[in-house]
Amino acid sequence: MMGSDLIMYEEEFQRIDAELKKLYHQANAKVVFLVDKNGQLIASAGETHDIDTTSLASLTAGNIAATGGIARLLGEKEFTILFHEGEKDNIHISLIGQRIILVVIFDNRTSLGLVRLRVKKSSESLAGIFDEITKKVEKEKGEGKLEEALFAEISDEDIDNLFR
Amino acid sequence: MSFINYSSREINCKIVYYGPGLCGKTTNLQFIYRRTNPEQKGKLISLATETERTLFFDFLPLALGDIKGFKIRFHLYTVPGQVFYAASRKLILKGVDGVVFVADSQIERTESNIESLEDLKINLSEQGYDLDKLPFAMQYNKRDLPNIVPVADLEKLLNYRKVPSFEAVAVTGKGVFETLKAVAKQVLFELKKHY
Ligand SMILES: Nc1nc2c(ncn2[C@@H]2O[C@H](COP(=O)(O)OP(=O)(O)OP(=O)(O)O)[C@@H](O)[C@H]2O)c(=O)[nH]1
Ligand SMILES: [Mg+2]
Repeated sequence: MMGSDLIMYEEEFQRIDAELKKLYHQANAKVVFLVDKNGQLIASAGETHDIDTTSLASLTAGNIAATGGIARLLGEKEFTILFHEGEKDNIHISLIGQRIILVVIFDNRTSLGLVRLRVKKSSESLAGIFDEITKKVEKEKGEGKLEEALFAEISDEDIDNLFR
Repeated sequence: MSFINYSSREINCKIVYYGPGLCGKTTNLQFIYRRTNPEQKGKLISLATETERTLFFDFLPLALGDIKGFKIRFHLYTVPGQVFYAASRKLILKGVDGVVFVADSQIERTESNIESLEDLKINLSEQGYDLDKLPFAMQYNKRDLPNIVPVADLEKLLNYRKVPSFEAVAVTGKGVFETLKAVAKQVLFELKKHY
């Protein structure tokens, strides 16, 4: 496959999850989530039960893609922070590195200033974790480990069976 | 660009429906949405104009089932087919794992089909993809209409790669799942090849 696939391991996922929970508490947010730039939800924390996080993830990625397109037209690199203010809820969207989007939804229980501050702190930790994942994937690919882990076992029949 | 999550044991892949304006891309997703069990699908999101033309994209997340304990999910997207939405089409192709080209079988849409396929190739190559290597399926839609190009001619005009191709009537669902299945299978085989 062209480009590199995004791979998430249990260990790093736990650390990401913990970091999001921390951000959720410290920023006093409603919902916090991480999306890959292609629109795949990676992790979330907070009051997610009555939110359609899959749709939210896809639309957020579309939003980032569209503003990224606008930025390029203007000769800007990319807008790394987007902020939308609603009547009750506000949404703060920021980029972590080249491919991850951090979204914080919050209301008047907190402030934009606090959210910004906490997002900045968390972004650094999260960027570190994603760097480690990239290294790990490269290492495992080099050793041919990923192969054994999953796809070698999948037969043509397994794939066919999905479509009965 | 798939997302393989060993933690939640999920594999997510992205499929894009491409083709000229009004060829029936959105109709494909609508049919798939209607015919899928509630537990297998998320919301169908359509960013459309007042006249129901796709403005940015349609999005439908589908859970196909499990393989070796991994949930297999496909995210289906359509692009806006109208020529002047070129910039948006490019964005939707980012991270694509497989493409369905929906051709409009009507004689008067022949030129538009060819242009759209060319546009697809260019937009993919700008992102570093090669249409000749990507999982790909071809759909000849609107076979119910009277003024249509024979399939053999469409094959010659559009299917230079000889990928799986299907006659379809997206409004009734004919050929819709067959097309999806053909591309989804290729995506999974491709993943298997690389890991
Ligand atoms: N007769 C017939 N009409 C169809 C068929 N498939 C789609 N249509 C109709 O064609 C029109 C356009 O369909 P859409 O699915 O919105 O087309 P689209 O490719 O999404 O168009 P854009 O969003 O502009 O790119 C609608 O009125 C559909 O009902 C078909 O197989 N036969
Ligand atoms: Mg459409």
